[in-house]
Amino acid sequence: MTSLTAPAAITSVPPATRRAKRRGAALGLLAWFVGILFVLPVLWMLLTSFHSESDAATNPPSLAAPLTLDGYKTFFGVDGGASPWPALLNSMGTSIFSTLFVLVLALPAAFALSIRPVRKWTDVMFFFLSTKMLPVVAGLLPVYLFAKDTGFLDNVWLLVILYTSMNLPIAVWMMQSFLADIPVSIIEAAQMDGARLTTILWRVVAPIAGPGIAATSLICFIFSWNEMLFAQVLTGVVAQTAPAFLTGFVTSQGLFLAQVCAASMVISLPVLAAGFAAQDKLVQGLSLGAVK
Amino acid sequence: MSNPTTAVPVRGERPPTMAATSRNTSKPPRNRAREWATRAPLMPALIFLIVVTQLPFVATLVISLFDWNSFRPDKRAFAGLENYTTVASDPALRESILTTVLLTATVVIVSVVLGLALALLLDRKFRGRGLVRTMLIAPFLVVPVASALLWKHALYNPEYGLFNGVLNWLGGPQPQWLSDMPLMAVEASLIWQWTPFMMLILLAGLQGRPLDMIEAARLDGASNWQIFRFLTLPHLRRYLELGTLLGSIYIVQNFDAVFTLTRGGLDTANLPYTIYETFYNAHEYGLASAAGVLVVIGTIIIATFALRVVSSLFREEASRA
Repeated sequence: MTSLTAPAAITSVPPATRRAKRRGAALGLLAWFVGILFVLPVLWMLLTSFHSESDAATNPPSLAAPLTLDGYKTFFGVDGGASPWPALLNSMGTSIFSTLFVLVLALPAAFALSIRPVRKWTDVMFFFLSTKMLPVVAGLLPVYLFAKDTGFLDNVWLLVILYTSMNLPIAVWMMQSFLADIPVSIIEAAQMDGARLTTILWRVVAPIAGPGIAATSLICFIFSWNEMLFAQVLTGVVAQTAPAFLTGFVTSQGLFLAQVCAASMVISLPVLAAGFAAQDKLVQGLSLGAVK
Repeated sequence: MSNPTTAVPVRGERPPTMAATSRNTSKPPRNRAREWATRAPLMPALIFLIVVTQLPFVATLVISLFDWNSFRPDKRAFAGLENYTTVASDPALRESILTTVLLTATVVIVSVVLGLALALLLDRKFRGRGLVRTMLIAPFLVVPVASALLWKHALYNPEYGLFNGVLNWLGGPQPQWLSDMPLMAVEASLIWQWTPFMMLILLAGLQGRPLDMIEAARLDGASNWQIFRFLTLPHLRRYLELGTLLGSIYIVQNFDAVFTLTRGGLDTANLPYTIYETFYNAHEYGLASAAGVLVVIGTIIIATFALRVVSSLFREEASRA
């Protein structure tokens, strides 16, 4: 880094550079140490999920215990418990559909906030964001009562609608920042050729903003997949999602550490996979597009 | 807020050719038709959001004026502001306000500071940097409920949790983590999840630093600390603000960790959990709604302040565009 003293460095490394090098190495080691510290609980969860229940519940911990798939087998209901598949499929369905709805609503909205902005478009942006700041829990009861009266309780579509509204403000903000980057001339050219609004959106804007749209979708998917309060209150047996299933699973089991770890592993897997695959997109998305 | 007018017209002044070509139904004053054509793409999202997020709050406001316990539905009656006085004099609720503030502030501050330290560490070149970054992100990608369960059972459990297991190896004490230090235990698990998030934002901020300026400062003999204090930190300001704001939005509303780790026991019940309890278990609909309204008012006060922060951020964004 400090190779400014280059001419002298050819024969002998000056002490300042050597000191800087040693410091750099020490800081690198520190980074490794902290990294391992942070990932350790996840690795511990992974290891424990492959242990038998009796090996999982020892003190001091048994690191070298034989590995087994029993925890996973129990979680998937091999010995008679409730199968997690309906809950996993519910989660998958609600997350995918709410993400699709968010995209369909947010893309045109972002267009009207960036490429061809309405008057006072900043105020509209802030309105979107402000809905995100109102605590979800304060509107939960009316939603619950409404769902109960209309027979929408324990219905996946209710969750889809709520998750769409939960993610829409963030998606609009992200998408707005991505669309604002599109050169105006391209859109004007399309307009000259007489393209309609929908055509412009889907044929011109969407392809250019593709990576941004992918980032937005990823974030929406993760937040929907993780959501727990609505799922806990508004679903029962039919529409139960994975996080709610996980809570119920834990309270119904006895000796269960390996199973809990296996269950947590399975439920986190989609998010872990998506997140690792798209680390940079994640940053972009989480910062509402402010960080590029 | 009125400032963006200086930046907006650049876009707004473009000849709205599309309105003219795609909308030929402009019998009424053309200007108005054009304006509506501009607004049209915005409307579905706006209407959807108002219906799904604002209407329930209006309903909450109405319910909060009723004495309504779902166990005694026949006794539902208009109660005026009675629920509010009950809620305001309820020590449990006041306690949970304090808990919420404490929980949010601690988690946000600690994870921002830790995140900054980690971002600075990761901004240097060293062997295996990509791998270390991946390891650091992992906590953020564990589903929150799963993370809370992991901390509760696999780490904190006094008999077979990893923490006491390691302490046992070292010959240390065997604390009852969740009952000895309940709030700190909840906070620690949340800090573990949120530090990576802060680190990611700050790392992106660091990588957008003007390197030539830093090199110049170094040549002028500035120390590392001076460079950090006077160049890096000011540059990171908006990223720090962004991280703080987003972190606050999510942690104020945290439910999963409190629900899973302590079930709100031992003074760890934050507002979302308390309201959930009041309506889901105690079935006090009126009281829960009044508490909800108070939370909304509190949030609006904080949010107005927070929005001002974002708007400064946003203005920079707009002037760059």
